[in-house]
Amino acid sequence: MMERLTVAERQQAMLITAVLALAGLILAIAGRNDPMGVHGWMTLFFAGGLFFVVGNALYAAEPTEDRTTSYYDDPTKVGILLSLFWAVVAMGMGVWVAAQLAWPDLRFDAAWSSFGRIRPVHTSGVIFGFGGNALIATSYHVMQRTSRARLAGHVSPWFVLLGFNLFCIIAASGYLMGITQSKEYAEPEWYADIWLVIVWVSYFVLYMRTLARRNEPHIYVANWYYMAFILVVAMLHIVNNLAVPASFSAAKSYSAFSGVQDAMTQWWYGHNAVAFFLTSGFLGMLYYFLPKRAERPIYSYRLSILSFWGIVFFYIWAGSHHLHYTAVPQWVQTLGMTFSVMLLVPSWASAGNALMTLNGAWGKVRDDATLRFMMVAAVFYGLSTFEGSFMAVRAVNSLSHYTDWTVGHVHAGAMGWVALITFGSIYALVPILWRRESMYSWKLVEWHFWLALIGTVIYVFAMWNSGIIQGLMWRTYTESGTLAYSFTDSLVAMHPYYVARTIGGAFFLTGAIIGAFNVIMTIRRVRQDTHELDYPTKSEAGEPAVPVAE
Amino acid sequence: MDTSYETLSTIAKSFGLFYLIALSIGITIYAFCPSFGKRFDKAARSVLDDEEGPCR
Repeated sequence: MMERLTVAERQQAMLITAVLALAGLILAIAGRNDPMGVHGWMTLFFAGGLFFVVGNALYAAEPTEDRTTSYYDDPTKVGILLSLFWAVVAMGMGVWVAAQLAWPDLRFDAAWSSFGRIRPVHTSGVIFGFGGNALIATSYHVMQRTSRARLAGHVSPWFVLLGFNLFCIIAASGYLMGITQSKEYAEPEWYADIWLVIVWVSYFVLYMRTLARRNEPHIYVANWYYMAFILVVAMLHIVNNLAVPASFSAAKSYSAFSGVQDAMTQWWYGHNAVAFFLTSGFLGMLYYFLPKRAERPIYSYRLSILSFWGIVFFYIWAGSHHLHYTAVPQWVQTLGMTFSVMLLVPSWASAGNALMTLNGAWGKVRDDATLRFMMVAAVFYGLSTFEGSFMAVRAVNSLSHYTDWTVGHVHAGAMGWVALITFGSIYALVPILWRRESMYSWKLVEWHFWLALIGTVIYVFAMWNSGIIQGLMWRTYTESGTLAYSFTDSLVAMHPYYVARTIGGAFFLTGAIIGAFNVIMTIRRVRQDTHELDYPTKSEAGEPAVPVAE
Repeated sequence: MDTSYETLSTIAKSFGLFYLIALSIGITIYAFCPSFGKRFDKAARSVLDDEEGPCR
């Protein structure tokens, strides 16, 4: 991999890792009496390790290939492998967390393994580790192909990818040590947040610089979705994490906001993390890989533009539906509710657009599990966005809020939509990137598909049942006007559903492990294709990207 | 500047409403303007024939 970098680029990489290692050392010394110090040492080893990896190859031969004739895919490849690694780890954590709820003894009496600590390892691990790496990797791929331009730079793609993974490691290890600022999906403390800002701004700059090099006059819609993901996540992350550290030698910080403003900022962030991290970027994947795999252009390009702007305009306002019946003003709740219902329009436009694209290619969907992953993802996208709009209605929310229904809704989206579109895209991408004839085993892809689907359905049905029963038990009154059930009664009633959820999660995890195995075997065992381009064609009749007249 | 709750909520309820409506109308016109038909069709097909590698 190092042979594709020039000596100057290797030197640049060494400089960056040296500075980062130094920053780690400073953090380790400053935080020596605090868990923050451990993060300092971890940063030092992470950056130091990379420093020696690059340094080892510093004087190796310069690249001989003409770098302008091909795309730069090394970071994409590493990103996909990292994504699969995080998928297995974080989904494994998810199964453990689920099992703890059914059988609390599985905590084994340690502090680090308590529910409150390993649950964010699961959520951050799947969202940022699995989802984030997949988004970064596929965005590199899609951006280069749709722009017909090589990545702008050879060091910054690595900086973004590896820097982001350092953030994920610091986040996950911090939770186990008890470091959290207790904001959902934004748990890491101030120093990790600052690091993510640096990484994320570099990502944005890299994306814009590559787009500026594009040879296609029109920016394909997938790029818009990826761009919204990068830009808005930067905005959300910076504002929600505004905080004052209690001391520069410790992890603890205090939010710049207080009370209801803090709650509103958090759910403005939290809901838009769902919108722009878990939806927008993955729609970018959908709009590229689905037409590509089905070999059909998207059904309506116009509709894809309309849904893009619809999502951008509407989602930003929907966050307050997380705060129904709280101290947030009534009109703000109503605003969030209204925009959540309006969101159904762009969401179903995208889901319908994807399914209509496949209309006429159902034979392919039947035969090709990779395409089926994407088709089912679009269906779950439609289902979970409908459910989300429905749950945001205040009257419905009075039943669903604080129950497992919310958990079921999130997982219909995260497993059914986000994970399935990601696995579909990975299966479409791996043979192309590694120049293999096909995946190692198509049967294993089928196995993965059915395990993932069964797991999702079991999980979601368990949580629907459990959530509605919870909600009903909490609002059932006796004739004398007292609550009919105690909280413990509702907890006992949940037990069978918690067992079912663990089983559903275990199915899903098994599928992910099979997927990771299949990808590794594809890279190691499948015969290499000799072609240099993604989809070699013999014909030279293909339309040039930029017509002479334009 | 006075940034009381009243000021902000008045802006949100008046200007906020109208600028979102204007943006929505603008985007709908852009997305469905007949004269962009060819350009959008070409864009939709462009992902299907990108196998020639980067342009130089």
